[in-house]
Amino acid sequence: MLHNSNVLNTADDNRKAFFKGLQDGVPIAMGYFAVAFSLGFMAKKCTLIPLQGFIGSFFTRASAGEYGVYTMVVQDASYLAVIVMSLITNLRYLLMSTSLSQKFSPKTPLFQRILVGCCVTDEIFGISIAYPGDLNPWYTWGAAAISTPLWALGTMSGIIAGSVLPARAVSALSVALYGMFLAIIIPPSRKDRAVLIAVAVSFLASFSVRALVNALSLSLSDGIVTIVLTIVIAAAAALIKPVADEPEEAS
Amino acid sequence: MKHNTWIYLTLMILTTNLIRVIPITLIRGKIKNRFLKSFLYYVPYVTLAVMTFPAMVQATNSPIAGAVALILGVIAAWCGLGLFPVSILCCVTVLVLEFFL
Repeated sequence: MLHNSNVLNTADDNRKAFFKGLQDGVPIAMGYFAVAFSLGFMAKKCTLIPLQGFIGSFFTRASAGEYGVYTMVVQDASYLAVIVMSLITNLRYLLMSTSLSQKFSPKTPLFQRILVGCCVTDEIFGISIAYPGDLNPWYTWGAAAISTPLWALGTMSGIIAGSVLPARAVSALSVALYGMFLAIIIPPSRKDRAVLIAVAVSFLASFSVRALVNALSLSLSDGIVTIVLTIVIAAAAALIKPVADEPEEAS
Repeated sequence: MKHNTWIYLTLMILTTNLIRVIPITLIRGKIKNRFLKSFLYYVPYVTLAVMTFPAMVQATNSPIAGAVALILGVIAAWCGLGLFPVSILCCVTVLVLEFFL
């Protein structure tokens, strides 16, 4: 069969996708370093040593999940409790991974799917889903290749330094990740009115529900609120405005 | 008996990554069901929106700086700026505003 760009990625496509991923991974890595640094500070209080912080962060890459587990280390919680904590705080990755499964060309081999799955974080998922057309796994790997080491180094540095970055720097860097989220959700909102409404409703609902949770001092984690709101709003949107049945090449 | 920190870390790593890998490997084909397809179409935008607001405004020392960064970020993204420029714009906005606020 003749060369067809829709069917197979050439080595050159993969290289380009990888470098695009590296580039888009820079703001993620910056934000990660700052957040991980404060996570490391907290991990030190929970008796973790720098190597444990590095390994834990390198292979987990989940801020809320790690935070939850590290607090259990110092409480000497049961191993089962750690598994449950990891499940609950990271349940949204189950949704993201399901969503991402639809982004692959059906030809994507199993080991590539596994390696992309392991890379899923809020941010890496966000930019992977925004990739035009079928996802080239090398794009996700490029972004993970720069952001993962910085997440791990940030945690380790936080443990070693034992004190946070200057407050001013942390404050500024803390919006880097959110700025990126905006760049992912706003352009499709401009194109598709249904997405615009879904995003607006999400902002409102998130604000109201979290304010309510605070006001009533309910012990619901941020992660749980995020999952419940996502399921309810996305299901409502799917019922009210189902996507058109399009042939294969929808994007 | 004191638990081992390395075992805690191993359990955390295994559980977190299994959650990520299971759906993406089990669901190999394209989903045909219209509701599920539509649901999964909206999930990314809804979940990122839910995580961005109000968290972005609460992440900064001054909520006003966070709010202005949010508004400028939305405008910049609406005008078609990419991930990196929007992200930097938000950071610089907070950095500059917090000198005054």
